Amino acid sequence: MPASTQRLLKVSVSPHVRSRESVERIMWTVVACLVPPLILSVFIFGIQTLIITAVSVISCVTVEALSQKALGRRITIHDGSAVITGILIAFVIPPGVSYLMPVLGAVMAIYIGKHLLGGIGFNIFNPALLARAFLLATFPVAMTSAWLPPLKDMAIFSYLATPIDAVVTATPLAVLKTQGLAAFTEHFGAIPNLYTTFFLGWRPGCIGETSGLLIVLGGLYLLYRGYITWHIPVSVLTTIALGTWCFGGETLFSGDPLLAILSGGALLGAFFMANDYVTCPVNRTAQLVYGVGIGLFTVLIRLKGGYPEGICYAILLMNPVSSVLDSWFKPKRFAPPLGGGQ
Amino acid sequence: MTSLLTFPKGGVHPPAAKGLTSHLAIETMPVPDELEIILGQHIGAPCTPTVNAKDEVKEGDVIGEVTKGLGVPLHAPIAGTIKGMGQSAHPMRVTAPSIILQTNKEISAPRYTPKDWHSQTKDELLKRIHGAGIIGIGGAGFPAHVKLNPPKDNPVDTLILNGAECEPYITADHRQMLEQSHEIVEGAKIILKTLGITNCHIGIEDNKPDAIAAMTAAAGSTPDARITVTPLQVKYPQGSEKQLIQSITGRKVPAGALPSAVGVVVHNVSTTKAIYDAVALGKPLYEKVLTISGQAINRPANLRVKVGTKVKDIVEYLGGVKPSLAKIVMGGPMMGFAVSTLDLPVTKTTSSVLFLTEEEIDTRPHSQCIRCGWCLEACPMGIEAKEIAIHVEAGRPQDTAQFGVFDCFECGCCSYVCPAKRPLVQFIRLAKMKAKR
Ligand code: SF4
Ligand code: SF4
Repeated sequence: MPASTQRLLKVSVSPHVRSRESVERIMWTVVACLVPPLILSVFIFGIQTLIITAVSVISCVTVEALSQKALGRRITIHDGSAVITGILIAFVIPPGVSYLMPVLGAVMAIYIGKHLLGGIGFNIFNPALLARAFLLATFPVAMTSAWLPPLKDMAIFSYLATPIDAVVTATPLAVLKTQGLAAFTEHFGAIPNLYTTFFLGWRPGCIGETSGLLIVLGGLYLLYRGYITWHIPVSVLTTIALGTWCFGGETLFSGDPLLAILSGGALLGAFFMANDYVTCPVNRTAQLVYGVGIGLFTVLIRLKGGYPEGICYAILLMNPVSSVLDSWFKPKRFAPPLGGGQ
Repeated sequence: MTSLLTFPKGGVHPPAAKGLTSHLAIETMPVPDELEIILGQHIGAPCTPTVNAKDEVKEGDVIGEVTKGLGVPLHAPIAGTIKGMGQSAHPMRVTAPSIILQTNKEISAPRYTPKDWHSQTKDELLKRIHGAGIIGIGGAGFPAHVKLNPPKDNPVDTLILNGAECEPYITADHRQMLEQSHEIVEGAKIILKTLGITNCHIGIEDNKPDAIAAMTAAAGSTPDARITVTPLQVKYPQGSEKQLIQSITGRKVPAGALPSAVGVVVHNVSTTKAIYDAVALGKPLYEKVLTISGQAINRPANLRVKVGTKVKDIVEYLGGVKPSLAKIVMGGPMMGFAVSTLDLPVTKTTSSVLFLTEEEIDTRPHSQCIRCGWCLEACPMGIEAKEIAIHVEAGRPQDTAQFGVFDCFECGCCSYVCPAKRPLVQFIRLAKMKAKR
């Protein structure tokens, strides 16, 4: 062996082979799963959803780089995690808001919510939802009224020229909450027809939450790749469905569970927010409890709270419980020593 | 999903790399000019040399003895002249004292012919096995005669032969099961006799169908030896003692206890072959079948070499290494040790030497834990590797016992799966070292 080769030998620690998976690969796959609902939103609400998302992503990546530089950390914008946060912030705001909103959201999410708390892995709250909660608290009017009705004839550039005030509408959950089921069906059509409308996404709502179909497909792909497990989505959605069925109607057991899942942000929350690695529990049993908690809070806020949609706050409420749940549900150890003790 | 036996929790599937050598018959490497025989080859006290510089020795002569404590003697792998005592490079201890032997290829090797061993008593058998220097050559190097004489209060009912060979790349046991199945089965019968039991399982991973067939054909049960070949699901670390026992018997060895606590004795198939050699042929343990593999060695091989052969001589015999060489590993890629020199001598417990390229290894820098939980899913022992690592990074290694740090046998599954490339096993080693102090 030539001496030059000898000097270059690596003597790192075992294991010497490692899986091909990486943080980058996971994050960029999630990004890819969020692209189809984004494209669909352009057809539903117009091109400005794409502009809002772009502004949000660029802001998040910039804030991430600046924060890491300011705090003396390694710059990791290539890992895709800030890109995901950017897309998700855009996904949970109404399509008619001003372009300043995602910028403010990015600062809140990335600088305050992520880096001041220690960077990836240490943030307690889901950054995108923190941004949404912040925007909802500071700009309540814009965040609850800048809804756009779906476009009729693919005129994706039409809203760009129209003043937003001229086109605002109400979201299904808001109508259902304030005016009841009769007004709701009048607004959005009869129930069977409704399911298809909602499943495909042709209805008012936040940018990325309207198409149940594409969100579920993205989520299933992540499940197939092994990046997420079924525990959180299933427990969140089952709890929302059951809770709404029991308490969501005029009488007990008359609520519509399917509608509860398809309207609002339940699916996006269950597949792309609640199971954010950093802010959810790691133990599978703990994840089930966590998902049930999110479902219960969602139903409670939707039915009794001041807002029509509840999953955002439900997740934020459960986020800090993650570590507690993890310490309750520890992995089962192989076999204890004879005679007990550690 | 197959219905093959396996352990229920954790484990990983590193890409198969056995194809480089699994088809290559074991070949015997010519004896090099000089051997370095390390004195401490087993768990327990290292040997004291019983020879001096300039002494002439014959193949199989005792050249080192353990005077007190746990241990087995050391034998001359070949005839030659003792050059003196030295310090040899060692993968774990940096250097270790050794005996340097100048080999003499003129003197012909002794002839070993099989003799009937059935008339020997248990004590005679154990004495033979001890005298031949047999240790667990598939793993930690535990003296074999001690395992074969378990404490009386733990009645043993099952012998398990470990033919799982779950580490990627390594095919030495595979080839021995294929080429020496009768010797291994005969060795199993010897072990059964020393233990006074009749029940033996040979666990082999399902990716070695030819070895399973050969061993099944050889196993031929008799009233005093019921030998069953048990195919196992391919999953690393199937060959870890605790996991293997669980896969085959469903029993769990408690933390800190020996397999005999659940009535089992485990021996590697290659150790079993060595026991056969010791008892039936009267041949001490001074040779080793190694897998030499990896994309960066010119000619991968399964080699029978003398204990004390330097890696340098092996590389030369196999036509050298390629310029793409990035890492040399003694042992498997999951648990072996990276080394920086070719001067290392082979010991009784060396199972392979791998010459790996940049593509085969992965030295990307690690980042912060993203709490994906994959390391928890991968750990067969239920250890919270991520918590241990975070505590060590934060300077609190003493607080890691609660996460199971002492149950960790460093199989590397957690590090293997971690997408943030965190060196979890290394953090665990540090925690163990600091916490013991
Ligand atoms: S190295 Fe230790 S902690 Fe990691 S998977 Fe193996 S036993 Fe578990
Ligand atoms: S696998 Fe790595 S990133 Fe995932 S939880 Fe474990 S240590 Fe953290």
